[in-house]
Parts: sequence; C-alpha cells; structure tokens
Amino acid sequence: MYLDEKEQKFLQETANKIRRKIIDILEDAGSGHSAGSLGMADVFTALYFHILKHDPKNPSWEERDRLVLSNGHIAPVQYVTMAYAGYLPVKELKTLRKLHSRLQGHPHREALPGIETTSGPLGAGLSQAAGMALAARLDGRKHRIYCLMSDGEQQEGLIWEASMFIGNNKLSNITAIMDRNNIQIDGSTENVMPLEPLKEKYEAFGWHVLDIDGHDIEQIVDATNEAKAITYQPTLIVAHTIPGKGVSFMEGDFGWHGKAPTRSQEQKALAELRTMKGKIKSEHE
Amino acid sequence: MFNRGQKLNKKLFNKNIEKASLRDGYGEGLVLAGEKHDSVVALCADLTESTRTNAFAEKFPERYFEIGVAEQNMAGIAAGLGVSGKIPFMASYATFSPGRNWEQIRTNISYNNSNVKIAGHHAGVSVGPDGATHQAIEDIATMRVMANMRVIVPCDINEARKATVVASEVWGPTYLRFTKEETPVITSSETPFQPGKAEIFWESKSPRCAIIACGPLVYNTMLAAKELEGEGIDTIVVNNHTIKPMDNALILSVAKRCGAVVTVEEHQVEGGMGSAVAEVLSSNLPTPQEFIGVSGVFGESGTPDELIDKYGMAVKDIKSAVKKVIKRKNGH
Repeated sequence: MYLDEKEQKFLQETANKIRRKIIDILEDAGSGHSAGSLGMADVFTALYFHILKHDPKNPSWEERDRLVLSNGHIAPVQYVTMAYAGYLPVKELKTLRKLHSRLQGHPHREALPGIETTSGPLGAGLSQAAGMALAARLDGRKHRIYCLMSDGEQQEGLIWEASMFIGNNKLSNITAIMDRNNIQIDGSTENVMPLEPLKEKYEAFGWHVLDIDGHDIEQIVDATNEAKAITYQPTLIVAHTIPGKGVSFMEGDFGWHGKAPTRSQEQKALAELRTMKGKIKSEHE
Repeated sequence: MFNRGQKLNKKLFNKNIEKASLRDGYGEGLVLAGEKHDSVVALCADLTESTRTNAFAEKFPERYFEIGVAEQNMAGIAAGLGVSGKIPFMASYATFSPGRNWEQIRTNISYNNSNVKIAGHHAGVSVGPDGATHQAIEDIATMRVMANMRVIVPCDINEARKATVVASEVWGPTYLRFTKEETPVITSSETPFQPGKAEIFWESKSPRCAIIACGPLVYNTMLAAKELEGEGIDTIVVNNHTIKPMDNALILSVAKRCGAVVTVEEHQVEGGMGSAVAEVLSSNLPTPQEFIGVSGVFGESGTPDELIDKYGMAVKDIKSAVKKVIKRKNGH
C-alpha cells in the first residue's frame, strides 16, 4: 500500500508516542527490556498501523495476518503498539509484569488475545511461523506470517533448522524481519559470536534478503511490499536499528538490553522524546 | 483370573501368543485418524519408516511434512500448525523427541496450549542392541511434569491404535509412548479404551496386592499374577495406560481393597508412572508400595529379553516385589 507524506508523519508521531509509553511502563514495572523495545518502535508502528491485515476488535479473525514475535523480551513495544491499535485499553499497560496481568513479562498466547504464540526462549519463533505458513497453504488462505526476531538469537541452532525448512518449502507467505541492532546481553554481537555475513547465509538457504534502515518507515513499508510480490521464496528483511533509539543515553549501549529506567532516567528520556516531536532521525540520512 | 468385561486376547497365556509392535498400532491409528479428520497432519524427523509414519505419508502426501533431522524444529512447526486449527502428530524416537526438544515442547506446545500430539517411539530398554543412547527411560517423567500435557502409554498394538485415534479427538497437548519390539497382543479390538480411565485386567478372589502396570510390561504382570494365583497369592492387575491425568479413583479403590501396591513400568523408577501412583497414594491413602522399573542407571546393548531381565522387570521380579510388599503390609 502506498504511503503518502501525511500518513508517514502520522506513523512517525505514533512511533514516538509508543516510545514514550514504553519508557513510562518500563519504569513502572521496574524491570524489562528497554533497548530492543525502543529500537523496534518504528517497525511495530508500521506493521500494526499500516502493513498488517488485522482487526483489533476481532483478534481471532481467520484471514488476519499473523505476527510472531520470536524475541519475546521486547514485549513492551508489542503491548504498547497493540494498545494504541485498539487491542487493549492503554491504561492496562500499567499492569505490565505484575500479578494477575494479561501482560506477562514475555508474551503468552492464552493471556492476551492478539498474541499469536507464546515466546521468550530465543530462536523458536521462526519454526512456529513455518507451522502457521504450512497451515495457511494447506487451507488455501492468503494471509501472511510476519516473524520478528532479534540478531542475537541467530546464534540458536534452531533458527537455522527453521530457515532451512522454510527455504526448502518455499514458504513465500513468510516475511521475517530481523532487528539488526548489533547488541546482545554480553556485548556486541560481533564480539560475542559473529553473525555476518547474514545476507549471504540466508540467501544460501533460499531466502530473498533485503537490508533496510529500521527507523525509516517508508523503507519498512516498501520492503514488506516487495516481500508480498515475491511468490517463489521467503523474504528476510534485515532492519538495521539503533538499540534504545530516541534516548541518547540508551542508544547503542548494550547495558540497556535487559534494564528498565529509574524515575529520574525516565524523566530525562521523556524530555528528549518530547523535543523530537515524532521525527526520529535516521542514521543513514 | 481374567476380567471378562475387558475382552482381552483369549490366547493371552498360550505359549505361542501372537506378537506385534506398538509402532504398527501408531501407523494404523494415524491413517484412521487422518481418514476421520481432515485437520490431522503428520510430521517426522527422518524416521518415517521406523515410526510407521510412512503409511500416512503415502495416503495423505499433502498433509505430511518431512522435517529432516531436526527435532526442535519439528516441535516448533507442530506448535504453529496446532495453533492454526490443525491436529499435528509429530514422531521420532523418544530419546530425541521429547528428549532433545523438551524446551520447545514446554514453551511452544504445552504452555502455549497448542493441540499437538507427540509420538515418542523406541521407548524403554527393549529397543535392545542400539544401546542406552537410544533407550528412552526418562520420557514419562519429563512429559508428565508439564502442565497441560496428557501422557498415554499403550500396552499393545491394539491399544496403541486406539490411543492414536483417540488422541486426535481429545483436545490438547498429548504425549504417546510406543515401543519398538514385537510384544504380546494383550487386548482385542473390543477392549474398552478411554483416556484417563484405568482398567482392571486381572482379578483373583481375595486380592492382597494391586499390581499397577503400563506399557508392554502389562504382559509380564499378567503372567506374574497367574503364577502367583497358583501359589495362593491373589492379586489385581491394573492397566494404567494414562499416566496423566491419572485415574485416581480406580488407583485408590484397588489400593484400599488390597492394602499393598506394586507398580511396573519400563522406565526409570524416579519420576515415572510408579511415582505418579505414589503421589496419589501418599496424599490420600498411604499404602506400602514396591517399584518395578529401571533403578537409576542407563541401559546397554543386548536383546530385549536380556535387558528386561538384567534391569529387573521380568516375571520373577514382579512376583518377588508382590511377596515383599505383602510382607511389609503385614508388618514383617
């Protein structure tokens, strides 16, 4: 679908609103994953507000596109985006990680309608996306499966089992989006366990691979459109992102992978995000 | 004597009793389930012939998925199919599935409540010459400990077939355990089978011990019960095919009547079916119990009979456990 300037601006502002809410609820929860959640705000906004075929009022609609979040630890960005999209009341976001909440620390399918699968233990999303894609193919349904994954979890062997299977079965109804933010808990991915060349690896497994700026909403939309047009192989979109995007003291710092801001850090972060007025500057501009 | 209502194989105590493998029951059951329900699909990790998935694969090629040697991926794909309205059956050797892919089963199938049926083949030491690497004797424990998971251990080919068909019709994650060796046909096609409902296969006049068994060792248990009756020791034999959810009412009722229990399984004693029975008894009706099973060691290469004998699951072992527990009951 074509993205005009007005909508682009709306999506950028929405992404900023989502970032602010992420900071707010993570501080409230006292624990959780800040860096990846902020880094993927633009991708989630583009998906829920433009790309996905879905109906927040009918989360079990059979024709809906499926969004599988493999790296479940960035659940805050999914919950917040889903709330603004209409899946749950925004005020419920305050219950994140608390007793009796539908918003589990890592997403649970049975807790919250709209969550397609339970995730958290890394490397498992792509296999499940493959199962959903096979079911869609068997039933002759046209919906797509979007699998979001991290770069760090590419170190799991299971990812490559799934990648091999999906390539071999030419499951072109799968679009995988990798958050290539170059960090994991123990440091930089290329120091902990080098992943490159990712593009060539996936291509060798039968995938069409695109590299994009994961903060450029137009590029995100264009890449998913290109993936839809390819009917003979699956597509991987490597979305290059800045972990902690939008908050200067978090950006690029792996220390923020699994940490929540304190009250004073929250205030500083919110002040920064407010002055940005929705315009996240791309590093690639 | 035989419980007549069970319609067991009339030739059960004949020397040349018919033998068949439980895996053939799985293969036949899978085809029947596929015929009954369009949503049944099958997955296998490079063991299609060995797990008898091949008949389904030939009959319903579009509903069969070859995963290759990748058990974790198989669990994930099955989980995705299961939350998309399909009824996936995934098969491999039990040492690999649910052995290697335990966490994928826990998170993506069990916690996720995906309607997947896990068929663990070649379970127990009776796999024989392949040795301990291929002899799953921990799978009942690792599966029954999961919330949401149903665990069924059929005793022969007929029960294996019925359990497979029934698994496609009862909703929810289910583990089915099968052995490789051809073992005696204990039941008939008319023997009742209902998940969660244990059956009394043998009952002497004044039973002093309930022998609760599962899997093909139900046969050794029946032989033991018959010999014991000849020696004046009356028993009850229960085919406890569903380890979870277990038929607590029947277990408690036979324990109450007999006052002593022996459990028999081709599995580690720690965490297995006997442990499940002990959990029910100790919190409701503490009863002296002896455990027949593998006792904290790995198996090894050998013939099935040699191994069953070496690891203490032969008829003589069951008989002496019964005598021992009756003595304990009587305070000796």
